[in-house]
Amino acid sequence: MDFSLTPEQQAFRQTVRTWLKKSIPSEWKHVGSSEIPRFEAYELLRKWQRTLYDAGFIGLTWPAQYGGRGLTFLEEMILQEEMALAKAPPILNVLGVGMAGPTIIAYGTEAQKKRYPSKILSCEEIWCQGYSEPNAGSDLASLQTRAVKDGEFWVINGQKVWTSFAQVADWMMLLARTDPSAPRHKGITYFLLDMKLPGVVVKPLRQITGEAEFNEVFFDNVRVHESQVLGGVNNGWAVGITTLMYERLTLGFGLQMRLRIALDSVIELARRMEKHGRVITKDPVWRQKLARLWIDTECLRVTGARAITKLLRGEMPGAEASTGKMVWVETHQRLQELAMEIEGPYSQIWKGSDWAVDGGVWQHSFLRSRANSIEGGTTEIQKNIIAERLLGLPKD
Amino acid sequence: MDFGFSQEQEMLRATARKFLENECASTFVRARMEEPAGVTPEFWAKLAEQGWLGLVYPEEYGGSGLGFVDLTVLMEEMGRSVMPGPFVSTALLGGRTILEAGSPAQKKEWLPRIAAGEAKAALAWTEPNARWDAAGVTATARASKDGFVLTGTKLFVLDAHLADVIVVVARGAEGRSPEDGVGLFLVEKGAKGMTVKLLPTMDQTRKLCEVGLKDVAVGAAAVLGAKDSGWRPLARVIERATVALCAEMCGGAQKVLEMTTEYAKIRVAFGKPIGTYQGVKHKAADMLVDVENAKSLTYYAAWAVDENAPEAPLAVSMAKAYASDAYRKVAAAGIQLHGGIGFTWEHDLHLYFKRAVSSEFTFGDATYHRERVAQLINL
Repeated sequence: MDFSLTPEQQAFRQTVRTWLKKSIPSEWKHVGSSEIPRFEAYELLRKWQRTLYDAGFIGLTWPAQYGGRGLTFLEEMILQEEMALAKAPPILNVLGVGMAGPTIIAYGTEAQKKRYPSKILSCEEIWCQGYSEPNAGSDLASLQTRAVKDGEFWVINGQKVWTSFAQVADWMMLLARTDPSAPRHKGITYFLLDMKLPGVVVKPLRQITGEAEFNEVFFDNVRVHESQVLGGVNNGWAVGITTLMYERLTLGFGLQMRLRIALDSVIELARRMEKHGRVITKDPVWRQKLARLWIDTECLRVTGARAITKLLRGEMPGAEASTGKMVWVETHQRLQELAMEIEGPYSQIWKGSDWAVDGGVWQHSFLRSRANSIEGGTTEIQKNIIAERLLGLPKD
Repeated sequence: MDFGFSQEQEMLRATARKFLENECASTFVRARMEEPAGVTPEFWAKLAEQGWLGLVYPEEYGGSGLGFVDLTVLMEEMGRSVMPGPFVSTALLGGRTILEAGSPAQKKEWLPRIAAGEAKAALAWTEPNARWDAAGVTATARASKDGFVLTGTKLFVLDAHLADVIVVVARGAEGRSPEDGVGLFLVEKGAKGMTVKLLPTMDQTRKLCEVGLKDVAVGAAAVLGAKDSGWRPLARVIERATVALCAEMCGGAQKVLEMTTEYAKIRVAFGKPIGTYQGVKHKAADMLVDVENAKSLTYYAAWAVDENAPEAPLAVSMAKAYASDAYRKVAAAGIQLHGGIGFTWEHDLHLYFKRAVSSEFTFGDATYHRERVAQLINL
């Protein structure tokens, strides 16, 4: 057991640190902690991701011939830690980098692998995820969007929902039913869908925060060329599950590391706010709450390190990876609730008022965090997965 | 970076598991619960034979020279078996304090005998004030003509009734801070004026004592290390014993999780195994999360103390804060998911639940360690 880094890894850390110091855009101010890119920051974040790409600080674990650097998850971990310490902006094309890219690299044809991944990293093309439907969320395999073969094309009809980034996305990871007579999991195909095709209609969906971060997407006889199938016809379930695994490993891992940014912000908030005439960080009850948050955040970091060790040893992460998502969710939601509690009656004041604390960012991130336990697999589904796959409890 | 156990450590785990399954089944544990000794001479001799008693002592003192990451593996296995007896008190408290603070002569005198299973040791540190900090040390060490006179009451002392030598923590001087003036004294069994009273305990696998010190005279050679500066080595001892305890808690919690999932697979209610129901599944998943998180923080703390890393005190407190809550929650959930059978004396779950509770309140509970975390991160 060894937490120390080799001289090369230490040098890599130093390089990242030095680079971040001079490269984080001065107009980026991080307070409030929502790691989900907000619409008004999209242009800034698009540029930031391009800067990361040009410097080679994104897609570290992807093969070099597809735009990555061919490094290990250890360098990825170092990068994420440094980004957290430097309070760097998040990346905009999260679903592309965390899900679409790795899945295309795993299942794509050579042409697909040459065509998509590097543009994902550079943020030239933004991706969204077409999985959930009005009647298929946790029970994803019941999805009904249809794809019917017509010559060289597949004709898509149906609807997706809760689609983040659809309003700006160039591409979608689309799951559609290609064989309705097959058992539920067997008749699904994974498509790489051009969002500019005729018949794709995006309707913003206003959410709890008042913004329309996600959308409904309708398909009306959208014609997709058969070369856009990823991983084979009727093999979409396996491909889609892979995507979710990558999401948990890379996207989730990044979020866990970056929880530290939010934690620092909330502690800083507690240092400058008072309750009953006493600074919050001096109150024994509050010290307990903040220490617990600190411990849980550190716990995610070291659990992540255990998972990475397994990857580096060529094993599949087990319990360590599956628990990450739900522990992150629980911790992040509690953090956001704590921020509201710290603000006390000020938590009621929305942005636009001079009385709003930190310009009202915490109110936004607090509301946004309610989605955490739903998106990317609800906490209930995560618990089923843990109970069935790790503990071997019987399925229904 | 490699945050996992080595092949040697996994082998140590396999050996330890086999040994304890053979030698420390629950019938053995239950028999020891009924007796003051908490251990048999044969079992203790076997621990010595396995090299466990001196595992973390240097080879020159009869030990194996291994570290706390190695010990973590062993402690997890001991926790799995709810191993009774004075292992922690002898190897990790009394003996370890002699190692951390003692002179070469004192170490030579005691450590090889401890490692060989020929002598047992204890640490009389805490008092009726139930404090874990230096200010809690109010027993006094008065200088006399040819040594010191110790007076005070020590409470919650693990296995003092079995110890051949007790390291007594007593205040020799009032310093500028509570840490100043704390001394460590070797008191041998049967010393005049020392009374050792075995207390009935909820967790019968852990024997706690009251140690009364009424003008106990010890020679100048009984001082461990430098006079009045015992707090620093003591704090190192406590930190290390705390990591070991956390590992033991992880092992116990892991075993409860396994017992519970096995039961949930076979116990049928409403025509199906209860593990089919989400009410059971979700609780089991929560148990797994608690166990895995406690392990992560414990392994990290074990590594940190082995490396003498600057963050070691913080890592230890994070682990103990987490494990204290986690083991109790997991053991309680284990009882809940077993239903009535889990509440019986006959079923082993209560051994784990009680061990969880006694461990929770040993070396500081979660609240104490969270406050310590708050201090260490400069809140």
